[in-house]
Amino acid sequence: MSEQEQFTEIALESGTFASRTTKKFAQRKLFEKQDPKVIKAKIPGAIESVSAQVGMSVYTGDTLMILEAMKMHNRIKAPLSGKVKVIHVAPGDKIVKGQVLLELE
Amino acid sequence: MSFTSRILDFFKRKSTVSLGGGEKAISKQKAGGKMTARERIAALLDEGSFHEYDLFVEHKCQDFGMADKELAADGVVTGSGTIGGRPVCIYAQDFTVAGGSLGLMHARKITKVMDHAIKMGVPIIGINDSGGARIQEGVNSLAGYGEIFYRNTLASGVVPQISVILGPCAGGAVYSPALTDFVFVVDNISKMFITGPEVVKTVLGEEISMEDLGGARVQAETAGNAHFFANSELECFAQIRKLVGYLPNNSRAKAAMIEAKTPKASYKIENLIPKDSKIPFDVRDIVRSLADDSEFFEVQELFAPNAIIGFARINGETVGIVGNQALFLAGVLDIDASDKIARFIRFCDAFSIPLVTLVDIPGYLPGSDQEHNGVIRHGAKVLYAYSEATVPKITVILRKAYGGGYIAMCSHHLRADFVFAWPTAEIAVMGPEGAANIIFRSEIMAAANPEEMRKLKVQEYTDKFANPYVAASSGYVDAVIAPEETRTYLVHALQLARTKEESRPDRKHGVPPF
Repeated sequence: MSEQEQFTEIALESGTFASRTTKKFAQRKLFEKQDPKVIKAKIPGAIESVSAQVGMSVYTGDTLMILEAMKMHNRIKAPLSGKVKVIHVAPGDKIVKGQVLLELE
Repeated sequence: MSFTSRILDFFKRKSTVSLGGGEKAISKQKAGGKMTARERIAALLDEGSFHEYDLFVEHKCQDFGMADKELAADGVVTGSGTIGGRPVCIYAQDFTVAGGSLGLMHARKITKVMDHAIKMGVPIIGINDSGGARIQEGVNSLAGYGEIFYRNTLASGVVPQISVILGPCAGGAVYSPALTDFVFVVDNISKMFITGPEVVKTVLGEEISMEDLGGARVQAETAGNAHFFANSELECFAQIRKLVGYLPNNSRAKAAMIEAKTPKASYKIENLIPKDSKIPFDVRDIVRSLADDSEFFEVQELFAPNAIIGFARINGETVGIVGNQALFLAGVLDIDASDKIARFIRFCDAFSIPLVTLVDIPGYLPGSDQEHNGVIRHGAKVLYAYSEATVPKITVILRKAYGGGYIAMCSHHLRADFVFAWPTAEIAVMGPEGAANIIFRSEIMAAANPEEMRKLKVQEYTDKFANPYVAASSGYVDAVIAPEETRTYLVHALQLARTKEESRPDRKHGVPPF
């Protein structure tokens, strides 16, 4: 073992240690709090139709748009009641997983 | 028919069936860089030792035009032979026959040789190279898989079970290897997954190649399903032969003792430890400085490298080595390392292989990623496995042994038979920085220069508690020893523990945190 090797600093509860990292460690995702007002696509697909309009009041469970994925029409529903602030997509748009579709106020 | 013609007829039948799927299929198999089932068996076992059974077994399927189809030996070669003179049972799926697909008779041949291995008390080796279930045989094919999984479970802890993945092994088929003790994979040849790239694409829109989804490297490095990775089939067979040499034939036997050898002079323990305690060292070098002929046969080398497991011999006796590897992630216990260590401990315990644990652990890996994926239940496996094990357990604390990590790494409290600590050991409730921050919080906050005071208090804590003597004063460490004395202590402890007897409360079985 050469003592000249450049190690990474690993911070732990018991202190900071010089060491190497692993691929999994480098690729781990840091936790992000999900904002329920920001509606994201859970699966990739295409927007079939959009029934929500900016400024419209919606109630929990209302269908906002239809996302076609795996040959199925998936209703994207309002998780809570509120006003539609922004619509980020239009019919025909190809959607990737995690893409923001709509925001409520 | 005359005697001679009957003999000639027998040889003709034998040679026809032995050709498997025929020359065309064989050349296709070879074009893919793969050996045939029979070539594999011949290369793995001692020369000329293979005895085949059930060569003339035929499938019974009548549906989908199968009635007229002849499938040589029903796509699997089974039998027994020797490795290094030691008997083993073996089967190898023949991809040249209907893609090695598993039908009822194919499965029966496998379960028959498995039953044989259990009854005779010898290791069972399965070479997997199959497209999966033989769809024409319907639910009978599934029955075949189920019977194999059941036997894998029966054989678990009775005879060593080795799986070799030399081709595709997909869908339900993956669960036989997963139930066995050691899985071997070869780069570019082995492919293992529950659902293949096509389904993944349809369902998730995820585009991923077979290699990236479940190739040999992924299984050995990321998923941890494979224990040994090789670049060629021949290298893989050499690894299997080596492994078998370390193991006993069954759980009633002890692994064979071989002539003791001293470690090589190049692995002098005093020279391996860095002067600066902040610099990590390769714990495998410490193993080599203690093991006969400095030989360490590492298991799951690529997976969770922050912990090491493997086999070595000390004074001629096979031992299982477990160690924290400070070279990666400072040697923390995380989910993967816990799984890796716990399964290995249970294997060694089942097959009467003494455990030597080398401790240098700063604690557990913090973070939502670990907590949300269940580091609590995975970490608990290590505690369970060490506590449950009744084989001789010897622990050597090299440097850090903090908090829960100290307890988990085969401490006195989990019934290590011997706990030795080097003078460099730091056995404490937590690392000096963390401990000082808590104990001296008010003094640090009240100081004119808190940072200065913090440093002072960390030093104070280090001087007083970051050593082996506090634990030794309570009898939690049996002996503080100089690093160069370690092998002598291990040799003696193993000698003493050879007649160890320890029992556990009567029960059907425990309920480990799987």
